[in-house]
Amino acid sequence: MSPDLLALIGRSALDTLYMVTIAFALGTAFGAPLGIFLATSGKGELFAAPVANRILGVIVNATRSTPFIILLVAIIPLTRLIVGTSIGTTAAIVPLTIAAAPFIARIVEAAVREVDHGLIEATLAMGATPLQVVRKVLVPEALPGIALGLTLTIVSLIANSAMVGAVGGGGLGDLGIRYGYQRFMPEVMAAVVVVLIVLVQVVQSAGEALARRVNKRIRRA
Amino acid sequence: MSFVPQNFEIGTPVSPVSAMIALKGVSKVYPATRTSASVTALDAVDLTIGTGEIFGVIGRSGAGKSTLIRTINGLETPTGGSVVVDGVEITRLAARPLREARRGIGMIFQHFNLLSSRTAYQNVALPLELAGLSAAEIRARVEPMLDLVGLADKRDRFPVELSGGQKQRVGIARALATRPKVLLSDEATSALDPETTRSILALLKQVNRDLGVTIVLITHEMAVVREICDRVGVIEAGRIIEQGKVFDVATRPRTETARSFLAELNGAALSPSLVARLRQDPCGTCRTVFRLTFSGPLADDPIITRLARHLDTDVAILSARVEEIAGRPFGTMIVTIDNAHGASGAAEGFLRSAGIETEKLGHVA
Ligand SMILES: Nc1ncnc2c1ncn2[C@@H]1O[C@H](COP(=O)(O)OP(=O)(O)OP(=O)(O)O)[C@@H](O)[C@H]1O
Ligand SMILES: [Mg+2]
Repeated sequence: MSPDLLALIGRSALDTLYMVTIAFALGTAFGAPLGIFLATSGKGELFAAPVANRILGVIVNATRSTPFIILLVAIIPLTRLIVGTSIGTTAAIVPLTIAAAPFIARIVEAAVREVDHGLIEATLAMGATPLQVVRKVLVPEALPGIALGLTLTIVSLIANSAMVGAVGGGGLGDLGIRYGYQRFMPEVMAAVVVVLIVLVQVVQSAGEALARRVNKRIRRA
Repeated sequence: MSFVPQNFEIGTPVSPVSAMIALKGVSKVYPATRTSASVTALDAVDLTIGTGEIFGVIGRSGAGKSTLIRTINGLETPTGGSVVVDGVEITRLAARPLREARRGIGMIFQHFNLLSSRTAYQNVALPLELAGLSAAEIRARVEPMLDLVGLADKRDRFPVELSGGQKQRVGIARALATRPKVLLSDEATSALDPETTRSILALLKQVNRDLGVTIVLITHEMAVVREICDRVGVIEAGRIIEQGKVFDVATRPRTETARSFLAELNGAALSPSLVARLRQDPCGTCRTVFRLTFSGPLADDPIITRLARHLDTDVAILSARVEEIAGRPFGTMIVTIDNAHGASGAAEGFLRSAGIETEKLGHVA
């Protein structure tokens, strides 16, 4: 493979990392609080707001059931409003974030719901405010589950980021389609796939290691 | 002077100072749902618990024990009646003063409810963090607490690395960290073996004695009540059906429920095979069955020997047990006496006059 091609693969990998990192950070910033709210706003719960809970739940489901390739195109006006353009790698961050946030919300919600209700009661009995319960109990106790879930999110973000070529975004997926498929250079396609596999592997291992580290429920020798 | 709404005032004496906790007509009705009818978990409960007391509440599963104890720190809002703790009417507090009041009421639980993500030290520190104390103040309180419960050497262990008894000790240290006047215990020893249960109860007793903490303890085991409580209330279907000094309830239960709790406890309970053979009316060859209950110094009296000698008849002991309740010896015995020549009537008179509570249970062939 020529040095030019290698440089291209390197640049595309950086584009992918750029998109995934920013979309992940933004998706978590929106999704995690949303997930905590979903987990605690049901009837009789800490921040009981059943109506808001239902409405947000429906929105989250709607977003999650829209195939990413459709979302990508459907929200072009919104993307233009936020970024100024609807084309390019930076612009692709908007749909990636919008797909990631509800995904993260559901993952955080599930992890928070796993926390034993007895802990919430015990903490309230100490005179905690609902926000203190979230900060001191729900988040730390749900952290192992959240860490694994966020790992899953990054992997699916990497997968989604391969589609942003459709709106002129860069990255590994775009490279694979343009060179590997359209210009018929199977070695580029193969290289792209290998880089993606390595990337996912690294993310997965790191995520699992982190989840293990924060999990104090397992007795270690 | 700043305006303080009535129900924000803390420390307004509503009841005599000697009562730490006073429940008046407390009811809790869970409304009907689509799948179940409404449940009256508490039915006009009146209860007064004195300062420095250890009060036990005993009852079967579903009797309303947890609901009752949870009204004391406002985890449960009664549908009627009032709860006053240390002069503060818990049932009328707004959210913020209720949180303040809860700092003065510690609670321990059957399943400990420790945070798995925190060490023993950090668990005990939690209520103090919530109260906004500085790290130095927290250390100054947590370390003596861990010493008190005998876990100084486990301070950096996570709950998963502790035994059940050790976890409950952390729970107790955590509950006491804010120096509460009241400690609520909801089946705190139910998940522990008898040996560990005894050590935890001893710790509670020590805490009660040394720190003057009033303890409300919920259990379904008479053994627990007998071990440490001063007074006990028997709860059934949301009502306190019997209450009094532990010794009195344990030796002279007035309700069938209290009796059944005692039967589980007493070695002198009737065996099922005896119960099956027991009949109401005497018969020619029948022996009469008595339950004898003797307390205090009498427990050392060789009364059965004296009885046999006095009546010149034989007395068979089916089961017997002498134990200590609230520090006093207490014995129960099931005996049968040959009823020929009306000996059993004479025996009853003899025993009664000797100060022994005698209950004729029936006759066996
Ligand atoms: N949130 C609730 N909604 C409806 N019914 C409830 C609720 N909590 C408790 N109950 C009912 O109230 C009654 C008393 O329950 P409670 O938990 O106080 O019993 P308990 O004496 O503590 O029993 P256990 O020994 O099993 O813990 C039960 O019939 C129970 O089903
Ligand atoms: Mg209970």
